[in-house]
Amino acid sequence: MWQELRNELHPLGLEIVTVGLDTLGADACRPYIEAAQPEHPSLIDTHHTVAQLFGVVNIPNSVWIDELGHIVRPAEFAPPPRRAERPPRPASNAPVPERALAMAAEAAKIRYDSGPYHAALRDWVERGAQSEFALTPDDVIQRSRPRGAAAARGHAHFQLATQLELAGHHEAAVLHFREAQQLVPDNFSYKRQAWSLEPGPAGPVGRFWQGPADDDPDAWPYDTDWLSEVVEMGGENYYPEWKA
Amino acid sequence: MLLAAATTTRSDFEAGTGWTLRPEGACLGEVCLPLPASALDGDHVDVRVIAEHTGMPLLHDEQHGIWALGPWPGSGRTLVSADAPELRLPDLDGNEFSLSSLRGQKVLILAWAPY
Repeated sequence: MWQELRNELHPLGLEIVTVGLDTLGADACRPYIEAAQPEHPSLIDTHHTVAQLFGVVNIPNSVWIDELGHIVRPAEFAPPPRRAERPPRPASNAPVPERALAMAAEAAKIRYDSGPYHAALRDWVERGAQSEFALTPDDVIQRSRPRGAAAARGHAHFQLATQLELAGHHEAAVLHFREAQQLVPDNFSYKRQAWSLEPGPAGPVGRFWQGPADDDPDAWPYDTDWLSEVVEMGGENYYPEWKA
Repeated sequence: MLLAAATTTRSDFEAGTGWTLRPEGACLGEVCLPLPASALDGDHVDVRVIAEHTGMPLLHDEQHGIWALGPWPGSGRTLVSADAPELRLPDLDGNEFSLSSLRGQKVLILAWAPY
């Protein structure tokens, strides 16, 4: 999805670095990366270090860095260049679970306008520090996510969780994922990561189910799930409006 | 940063946190946090002492022998400085990539996920 933009802007001096956030690592990211055939660095972040380092809270999020290594825009929502093509519906008469229908209904409300962000990106690539979209160092710091003692502790819990998950201690990991969710509530990828590690139905919907199983809802170890959170916020509010 | 013990080496601490250990304390950008002499003994860093004196949270999972040191919350913001922190991550083949290798170009970091 981003390769076309890279083709356009790389000759003008921009490099793109994609960072796949997934505790399941390269194997889980591989099909998507191989399909995209990126010419730019495409990295795997099993512990979501970009959340701690830059304040990434959801996907897609971006950070802009200039030639000298100065951040000129902190982590923010980065609307994709165009809407991803939806895969064709499978020609099947099998009943669709009610939850999947409800999720699709919320997902259909998700809106974003790519125009202003991409115009700003092109302006910065062409004009550098003269671009009004390149923020001053003070503004960059002030616009970065708020972080108090509770959130800092939540980030440590998240890293413990991902390390425990990688070591095969799933139940122990869940306890720390829960702490991270409570202490860093604005980080939606922390939540989705944890939810996606719970069993979902067989097939492509599996890791996107992210909620209680129909046949054993009491086994769900979290207080919320994708559908309940998105219904609460309203699918139309899923992405914040991009602010120049 | 993740640790197997409450002590580590100076270079691992600096790479893991982005903070540099200097005579005046732990420093990042324009911020320097004073540390007692017991924090650093040669190349030997006592992370418990640093956590206690800086407010960086330190968690310990005793059963599995894992420690996690969280970020400094003292400024109230994620970024302490507008200088990009070093980011070292592997690609699909396990080759480590350093963000700083792109100095001289503009960089757009894009986070995504397959779930």
